[in-house]
Amino acid sequence: MDNFPIIRVITKLLMPYILLFAFYVQFHGDFGPGGGFQAGVILAAGLILYGLVFGLPALHKVAPPPAIERLIALGVLIYAGTGVATMLLGGKFLDYDVLGHHFLPGWLPEGQHLGIFLVELGVGVTVTSVMTVIFYCFAGREPVDGH
Amino acid sequence: MIEQHLPVLVVIVPLIAAPLCVFLFNRTLVYLFALATCWATFGLSLFLLAKVLQTGPISYELGNWPAPYGIEYVADYLSTFVMSFVTGIAAVVLTYAPRSLNEEVDPSRHYLVHPMYLLCLSGLLGICITGDLFNVFVFLEISSLSSYALISLGRSRRAPLAAFQYLVMGTIGATFLLIGIGLLYQLTGTLNMADMATQLGDDHGSRTMLVAFAFMTVGLCIKMAVFPLHTWLPNAYTYAPSIVTAFIAATATKVSVYAFIRIVYSIFTPQFAFDVHGLDVFLTAFALIGIFVASTAAIYQVNLKRLLAYSSIAQVGYMLLGISMNNQDGLTSGIVHMFNHAVIKGGLFLVVGCFALRLSSVRLEDLRGASRTMPWTSFAWVLGGLGLIGVPLTAGFVSKWLLLTAALDNASYLVAGLMLLSSLLAVVYVWRVVEILYFSEPSEAVKSSREAPWSMLVPTYLLIIGILVFGVWTSYSVGIASQAAQALLGGSP
Repeated sequence: MDNFPIIRVITKLLMPYILLFAFYVQFHGDFGPGGGFQAGVILAAGLILYGLVFGLPALHKVAPPPAIERLIALGVLIYAGTGVATMLLGGKFLDYDVLGHHFLPGWLPEGQHLGIFLVELGVGVTVTSVMTVIFYCFAGREPVDGH
Repeated sequence: MIEQHLPVLVVIVPLIAAPLCVFLFNRTLVYLFALATCWATFGLSLFLLAKVLQTGPISYELGNWPAPYGIEYVADYLSTFVMSFVTGIAAVVLTYAPRSLNEEVDPSRHYLVHPMYLLCLSGLLGICITGDLFNVFVFLEISSLSSYALISLGRSRRAPLAAFQYLVMGTIGATFLLIGIGLLYQLTGTLNMADMATQLGDDHGSRTMLVAFAFMTVGLCIKMAVFPLHTWLPNAYTYAPSIVTAFIAATATKVSVYAFIRIVYSIFTPQFAFDVHGLDVFLTAFALIGIFVASTAAIYQVNLKRLLAYSSIAQVGYMLLGISMNNQDGLTSGIVHMFNHAVIKGGLFLVVGCFALRLSSVRLEDLRGASRTMPWTSFAWVLGGLGLIGVPLTAGFVSKWLLLTAALDNASYLVAGLMLLSSLLAVVYVWRVVEILYFSEPSEAVKSSREAPWSMLVPTYLLIIGILVFGVWTSYSVGIASQAAQALLGGSP
């Protein structure tokens, strides 16, 4: 893509907005349309666009395959960990009502709001990394190998 | 605290352990962690089974949302019975795994095996315990996707192709199931199985319900590998690594049979399925044709794994025969055969894994005379084969005897006769291998090989001796299965 300056410049211009939009969909998903899955896809779309225009090595620097592979697992852990936390706090699995805290009350979400926030965060992390890994699998000739 | 959360813990312990495996760097550590998880899950499901037997079915509401709106987990006789043997086999197979994995899976891909294995287990357990129909689909996808990945890890270049074939067929099956669920949701406005059964009630005329039932039946028949829809199974079982074949052959199709029982008996009533629409005639016919075609095909195989794969298709036929009889004895025999076949086929595939380790091949011509150098492994095949045929004092006899008496009570003499005749086909394909193992001149590969290591023989014999134990002691298998059948026929779960 070295011969297409317009594409490179436009991509660089668009990149912050794509990422910002992804975060907006992620974090505003509590109040409006959106959520972890959509946000994850948008964020990954940004990464994939970067990889398409600037090459796979550049994307590998931003999102190293071994790290991305672990992020897939991390997202699932955030989701399931929220469920385990509610169990430890005396509720049932994923019973967000018991999720209370005393850190900046009124500013940070609590209860159901906090629960759905954490769960969607887990979904977002996993979806972003899965989409990126799928791109790596198709784009690279070598299998993605973290070990 | 553990007791209170038991129904959900059984599913989430392997589900959480799977991603944790990715963070452990040391390969041995990952294996030990996965192994501990499997045995712990086995312990939890036995605990749950004991509790259900004591107090009756247990319901657990996820997120504390009341039942018809939230997702409900229901641990009853049938689900805990199936879960107990699925986790048991998962634990034994994983105990057996390390040597076999080293031989059959590329070392750079080892770190994928354990998380996938645990995810698959978690999905299978989820299908069993959930009382929410959409949840069944989600867990079916979890277990299927991870099993496609596991199958594709085989060393042979045909493994990814076999996994892809399975993926295409499995996805069609899952989609059909989802279409059926969607139609039922449109009809009743609920996804909770018990609530759905109440809402459907005695209304047997609705076209939507019939279409939903048709889609779900065909979808699950693909997953169960019922005769004309079985084409994905032989390749998938043949080219997957041995431990994956052992695990999937012993559990995945059984859990699909479980889901089928649930849908026919707990949601659509047997009256709707069998009396109004006559599904029993078709099921019996396809089961019998399947038994004969698959057993005959098994006789002509030259690959031991493929032989057992065809035999699996035949054995699913026996389960369906029992289920389609629509009475307590028949249903009991179907459920018992799920368990017995899981133990027998799991044990036999572990035997095959021992041969694969020492001889690097499971082609029958390479196994000639293997009893000279691998006496224990060969003897395990004999015992397992006797179970497969259904010789008295083995587990296979118990379920076939129950099926036979149920068929005779029903006055379906043709079914009973054909069933006995089909057992002779099993004698042929089992004996063919025994003859090769014991009465042939050893091949070059056999002469230079030795007995399989103890670390693999002990788990193999655990299942093989299980065949003998459950052939004599039936209060666990038949006892719980008849209780489960009674509960299923007595109304919704």
